[in-house]
Amino acid sequence: MDVLFHNVRELVELADKENKLISEIMIEQEMKISGRSRQEIFEQMDKNLTVMEQAVERGLKGVRSVSGLTGGDAVLLQNYIATGNSLSGDLLLDAVSKAVATNEVNAAMGTICATPTAGSAGVVPGTLFAVKNKLNPTREQMIRYLFTAGAFGFIVANNASISGAAGGCQAEVGSAAGMAAASIVEMAGGTPAQCAEAFAITLKNMLGLVCDPVAGLVEVPCVKRNAMGAANALVAADMALAGISSRIPCDEVIGAMFRIGQTMNPNLKETARGGLAATPTGKEIAAKIFGSAVN
Amino acid sequence: MKFTSVFDIIGPVMIGPSSSHTAGAARIGRVARDLFGRTPKWAKIHLYGSFAETYKGHGTDVAIIGGLLDFDTFDERIKTSFEHAKKIGLSFEFIAETANKEHPNTARIVLGDDTGEMSIEGISIGGGKIEVSEVNGFKLRLTGGMPALLVVHDDRAGCIANVANCLAMHNINIGHMEVSRIERGLTALMVIEVDQNIDEKVIQQISLIPNITKVSKINN
Repeated sequence: MDVLFHNVRELVELADKENKLISEIMIEQEMKISGRSRQEIFEQMDKNLTVMEQAVERGLKGVRSVSGLTGGDAVLLQNYIATGNSLSGDLLLDAVSKAVATNEVNAAMGTICATPTAGSAGVVPGTLFAVKNKLNPTREQMIRYLFTAGAFGFIVANNASISGAAGGCQAEVGSAAGMAAASIVEMAGGTPAQCAEAFAITLKNMLGLVCDPVAGLVEVPCVKRNAMGAANALVAADMALAGISSRIPCDEVIGAMFRIGQTMNPNLKETARGGLAATPTGKEIAAKIFGSAVN
Repeated sequence: MKFTSVFDIIGPVMIGPSSSHTAGAARIGRVARDLFGRTPKWAKIHLYGSFAETYKGHGTDVAIIGGLLDFDTFDERIKTSFEHAKKIGLSFEFIAETANKEHPNTARIVLGDDTGEMSIEGISIGGGKIEVSEVNGFKLRLTGGMPALLVVHDDRAGCIANVANCLAMHNINIGHMEVSRIERGLTALMVIEVDQNIDEKVIQQISLIPNITKVSKINN
């Protein structure tokens, strides 16, 4: 397979050399690999963006999962923002609320777009639709946001993992948060190198995060992990835009994530046998939902 | 390279809650149905690893049945697939296995009807992407990302050339090909990934070639 980049270093070097955005390199690679036109590829991503918009809208109206474990928190946050008393900032909380909205819809078996997975589907759209209000991007720039996220996700998926069962939550929400951070930086006018720094700073702070869903449901703690993934992405993007860099290069952080995932105990990799799933309350919830079928 | 497209990462559009356990599971079911070539009458679904531990919470069961009924990852009917299966007379059974497989999200689907049966093992590798790892006991690696042909044949000289010739005549380009056999001189399998969807008439033509036992296809 003849790809344009295999790792973040190659991606940034290529973008710098050709004086292009990371989203542009991703679009060119997709054209090359799939043989499809730029327009076809843009149209497909536009559709994905629409699905994300609709999921956020639906979540902000308030949904409830079948188990009743999650739902309604996105609304609580929006109401809180409206009071004008938020401490961590309206944009940050708006991103958190919209990330939560998406994952609440996902938990309710609603329609979402996996970014990069369903369990981590809130972070990229959550940050996008919050940053949108500040940066006023065009539709094309919003679509590009998803290509930039896709470029970093592509590297992680091929060099490490984006599966909770294979690498823990760091591989899912960790990857999603890094992808979002890189996209925020590009939309805000940062350089490709700053995108990579934002990704690295984010993922460093997600390393080791386990996948321990209560009762095996993509609800607790997944919804709130998306909330913090969105917050993490925004802070890391600001740090990178401020000129802060990661002492450990981005590709090495991804390598560390992979090795941590490999050595992680299987009880902590989406089996619902460890972590929060194995707490007294976690077990009680599982018993209530499935009877004695789940141990 | 396991992931080749940006839409493997930003996508698929799907019914929640899990890309690997719901969307991936639906895709494994759908590939199994494609390879079988029709809606089965019955299916036994063996689940391994994380699939076995958490399938109920993730809707892995309804997703696989949805796939067997030809529903796509975003088809709302996935949620009520058990009822749809009942309506058309598809009986099924889920077996949570304790054995460890190489990949944590593995499903083995044995499906059939009055005229035949087939066994397919699929793995869900993350983000909704899947691979077929075994068909009727043959180890293979099929990503489902490209249209593909599976040809079961007697292990005789010339079989592979004949099938390749037939594809060439229809101007179908082979992107990737694997051949394997259970034992020399007995049954063998060709897995052929091609660049475009394959017409039913090409399938029929291949199945008429001497020593070919069965031809299945996956369109993309």
